[in-house]
Amino acid sequence: MNNYLASHVANLPPSGIRKFFDLVATMKDVISLGVGEPDFVTPWTVRESGIFSLEQGQTMYTSNAGLFELREELSRHLATSMGVTYNPLDQILITSGASEAVDLVMRAVLAPGDIVLVPDPSYVSYAPCAILAGASVNYIPTHAKEDFRLRVEDLAKVYSPKAKLLVLSYPNNPTGAIMTREDLLPIADFVTKHDLLVLADDIYSDLTYAGKHTSFASLPGMQDRTLFVSGFSKSYAMTGWRIGYVAGHKDLVAGMTKIHQYTMLCAPITGQFAALEALQSASEAKAEMVEAYDRRRRLMVHGFREMGLDCFEPLGAFYVFPNISKTGLSSEDFAEELLKEEKVAVVPGTAFGPSGEGHIRCSYAYSTEQLQEALKRIAHFVKLRIS
Amino acid sequence: MLTTEDCKLLKLIQEDCRLTPEELSIQTGLTPDYIREQIKKWEEEKVIVDYRPLINWARTGVEKVSALIEVKVLPQRGYGFDKIAKRLQKFPEIKSLLLMSGGFDLALLIEGKTMQEVALFVAEKLAPLEHIQSTATHFVLRYYKQDGVELMGEEETPQRLVISP
Repeated sequence: MNNYLASHVANLPPSGIRKFFDLVATMKDVISLGVGEPDFVTPWTVRESGIFSLEQGQTMYTSNAGLFELREELSRHLATSMGVTYNPLDQILITSGASEAVDLVMRAVLAPGDIVLVPDPSYVSYAPCAILAGASVNYIPTHAKEDFRLRVEDLAKVYSPKAKLLVLSYPNNPTGAIMTREDLLPIADFVTKHDLLVLADDIYSDLTYAGKHTSFASLPGMQDRTLFVSGFSKSYAMTGWRIGYVAGHKDLVAGMTKIHQYTMLCAPITGQFAALEALQSASEAKAEMVEAYDRRRRLMVHGFREMGLDCFEPLGAFYVFPNISKTGLSSEDFAEELLKEEKVAVVPGTAFGPSGEGHIRCSYAYSTEQLQEALKRIAHFVKLRIS
Repeated sequence: MLTTEDCKLLKLIQEDCRLTPEELSIQTGLTPDYIREQIKKWEEEKVIVDYRPLINWARTGVEKVSALIEVKVLPQRGYGFDKIAKRLQKFPEIKSLLLMSGGFDLALLIEGKTMQEVALFVAEKLAPLEHIQSTATHFVLRYYKQDGVELMGEEETPQRLVISP
């Protein structure tokens, strides 16, 4: 029946992660460092409020934009945490996870012929969403020697006058790279000069380990150019609740709300009540999770460097992105052979774009014991290949 | 005052006191020498009081009985709560001793082999003490959670996908 598929869907490449997932699924006793979600369970106070909302019979649709109390609380939260004020009435839209928000941004602002500028490597869904919106993608390579930060010179090299949207996803999945205010300022100048919009995917913004995250929207003159996307999945360990949001200029939010109302109608109500509780009372639980990630992050970087591999220090998210090229293997071969020989699953860097070649993504959203065992097995594998 | 780094270190030791200074160093970024020094200092200052495992005796089959005793005392001039507590804490049967606000003054957690043993301790050792006005004994039926650790432990761990973006 393939001939019935629309050509732009038929031609959409399957996720690089999917191929690997199928391989792992056939094996037993695998230690996986391949998971892009927290190992923590949602803090109890948050789960409890979700349960309470169900007991109260809160099982209906909410308004398209989401519960007003949640948008109000979110508006306060964003003002305090990043210093940007969004009107809860018309500048914030609650979505089914940040993933939906990414899709809405692309579909609301892109038309056939437009170009989206996407840092490489980065999260797997930007390019497919852009393509589904009729646009095409120019990748901006980022480099290990610059800690995978986005440089304006590299941005300028791939810029085209047809470019309309720049994606910024920092802290970055898969590299764990962050962008400081100083790193972002030249990007802001470039964005203004070329009249670009920015999709700032700040989903990992609470998971930083060297000072506070700077949001692109908080830079002078950037709020109206930025579609700020984030959610509750990573910060509050709430992946399955599917609650994200997008904030931005009211005209753009109105456009996205139109698509959202015809396709999703509203985000799940139980998750919205839980998210409200997360903002109100889970900041301590969040801080404890961040502390735990920070300890594991150091453990992982130390572990890879001990093996003799280059591993730049990631300062955000929960991934390390070591360079495995010393082993003489490509990312895909490394991941596949490691899985077969040592039963450790990691994700090849190329699953996140061509600049990921020579690297593997290892999540440290696992217990210290699991990480230590995985490091031991990887060290054994690497030792046989480098001398 | 503790620095943030020291506070993190202390919390990590509280979570798992088996970690060596070298292992603690990897996870905190502090040097092993600094960590050794801090631990020594904290031990001397009695910030770190002791290192012992949390044992769930209910799983061993060994008979143990615990009781929570509410005690009302009559503090007298020159003989306040602290002095009474100093005497009470010497009894090996008393595992925890706390000064409370509210309807009674001291809370004691007592352990013994049998209910009889605990009852005898209260009747013969505790109640007759000078300054003790009254006691109320509540036997513990089951520990569900102790020192922040859930002891039921049989819940299934939720499964994550093996690989996800």
